[in-house]
Amino acid sequence: MSLIRAEGLTKRFGDFVAVDGIDFEVAPGEAFGFLGPNGAGKTSTMRMIGCVSPITSGSLELFGLDASTSGPAIRSRLGSVPQEDSLDTELTVYDNLLIYGRYFDMPRAEIKQRADELLDFMQLKDRRNDRVDPLSGGMKRRLTIARALVNEPELLLLDEPTTGLDPQARHMLWERFYQLKRRGVTLVLTTHYMDEAEQLCDRLVIMDGGRIVAEGSPRELIARHSTREVVELRFPHGEARDAAVPRLSDSAARVEALPDRVLVYAHDGDEVAGVIDSLGIEVESMYPRRSTLEDVFLILTGRSLLEE
Amino acid sequence: MARAPVVRVLEREWVVWRSLWRGSVFSAVVAPLLFLGAMGLGLGQLVKQGSGNVDGVTYLAFVTPGLMAASAVMQSAGESLWPVMAGVKWLGTYHAAVSTPVESADVYTGKLAWTGVRTVISASIFLVVATVLGGVTSPWGVLAIPATVLGALAIAAPLAAWAVLQESDGPFAVVMRIVIFPLFLFSGTFFPVSRLPNSIEWLVVFSPLWHAVELCRGATTGGAAGADTLPAVVAHVVVLLGFIGVGWCWGVRTFHRILTR
Repeated sequence: MSLIRAEGLTKRFGDFVAVDGIDFEVAPGEAFGFLGPNGAGKTSTMRMIGCVSPITSGSLELFGLDASTSGPAIRSRLGSVPQEDSLDTELTVYDNLLIYGRYFDMPRAEIKQRADELLDFMQLKDRRNDRVDPLSGGMKRRLTIARALVNEPELLLLDEPTTGLDPQARHMLWERFYQLKRRGVTLVLTTHYMDEAEQLCDRLVIMDGGRIVAEGSPRELIARHSTREVVELRFPHGEARDAAVPRLSDSAARVEALPDRVLVYAHDGDEVAGVIDSLGIEVESMYPRRSTLEDVFLILTGRSLLEE
Repeated sequence: MARAPVVRVLEREWVVWRSLWRGSVFSAVVAPLLFLGAMGLGLGQLVKQGSGNVDGVTYLAFVTPGLMAASAVMQSAGESLWPVMAGVKWLGTYHAAVSTPVESADVYTGKLAWTGVRTVISASIFLVVATVLGGVTSPWGVLAIPATVLGALAIAAPLAAWAVLQESDGPFAVVMRIVIFPLFLFSGTFFPVSRLPNSIEWLVVFSPLWHAVELCRGATTGGAAGADTLPAVVAHVVVLLGFIGVGWCWGVRTFHRILTR
């Protein structure tokens, strides 16, 4: 039994097709991701799953209920963390949780108890009675997540949950999401960070131009679409690069020439390094590494995830 | 039993107000009372020496209901513009609300309901003080409170419906200057509309504030001025309900369009 089932899910804004007939299913307890660059249709998909934005065509079910007709019933069972924090910044941390809990029609005593647990979980206990406005970006983000958890949702929707945060704040959130997953909360997230997708997702789809271009676990996707390793090469000047690319093609599964570097895909990076030395190719730097989802995206679409 | 979502939105407005009421107490209560002192007592003395009274009542009795309705309308107009922009753009709290079981129509209706509640509070305080100062000459004056609420909502419903569509708050100051402020001055608030040039006097029927002022004046003077017959009272109430009804239908649509695209 799927928690979310989408078939031919489509969102149009006038003539613009934001989401172009995608199919996916999410199982209970899973951490499922939408990975793709800005404008891929991730947020539109998320807003439809959150039963905030009506679907244009196709079908979408959550908890076995039709998203088009059971919006409030579905929303009462999920928690939503939008890209923008959308907090009442002039109020206190606690009042934000109170207002939100009351939107779910929770009794005040229950909200109070739940708020104390959540503020503890999100390390905001000391700030309970402080105004939100002066809090740091990371703290506001944590409060938005605590707020989304106030109704004990079965499903947590995270739209770009760590965008704009420093690495330390991101790692703290990843650890919290992992704890939530262990408690049985289903996570659905969007991200344009491949490391976030690799860290958090059991399974993910890669989106581009409103369509799903690949689906699987991070490991599966890398194994299916990329090689095990990649060597990143930088060259002292353009001519050296242009001369090197054709000579490398024979000894690699694939060569991608990017504006700032060349990626050589091969099963064994050290072997490629040996070949480069023996051919006497002039490089500025050479960096062998494991393949990532970024490589999968590049191979599937010919573009980088972080391109605007 | 589950509380209606509109009530949950109303509670949010209450929680916000509970923290921030100090910022609004001047415009909601102090400013109208200062106006009442300056106009009713100060200017009233001049009027007394001149024509003696206005429309058969003292100037204080004349201007008290005018100020009561007009300050509520000014306050509600402001409340229906910038806070709506905050909800939909600056803070995005309306978007947070519609991600819960609350719907876009509840956000709008709850907001209007709060304007009603808040107007009852400010109008009651004003009425008590004005009574002490001698501006209210009839026990019917209590009915000026619901009349003031109707006037406030007749402005708030269409303004909030329009405000949610705006990309920035740029047009808000313009609307306050060219629509709300002239209404404040020329809706029979400070002088009878019969003093307006005949060619434009009829325009006041389009001012929700004028209808509210007539109702308030009829109430606080016990029918000595303002709406003094039952048909006149009914007509004013119907017009105000019309403004509210049309505004509400529009607002339900605009809030839905913006919050659930």
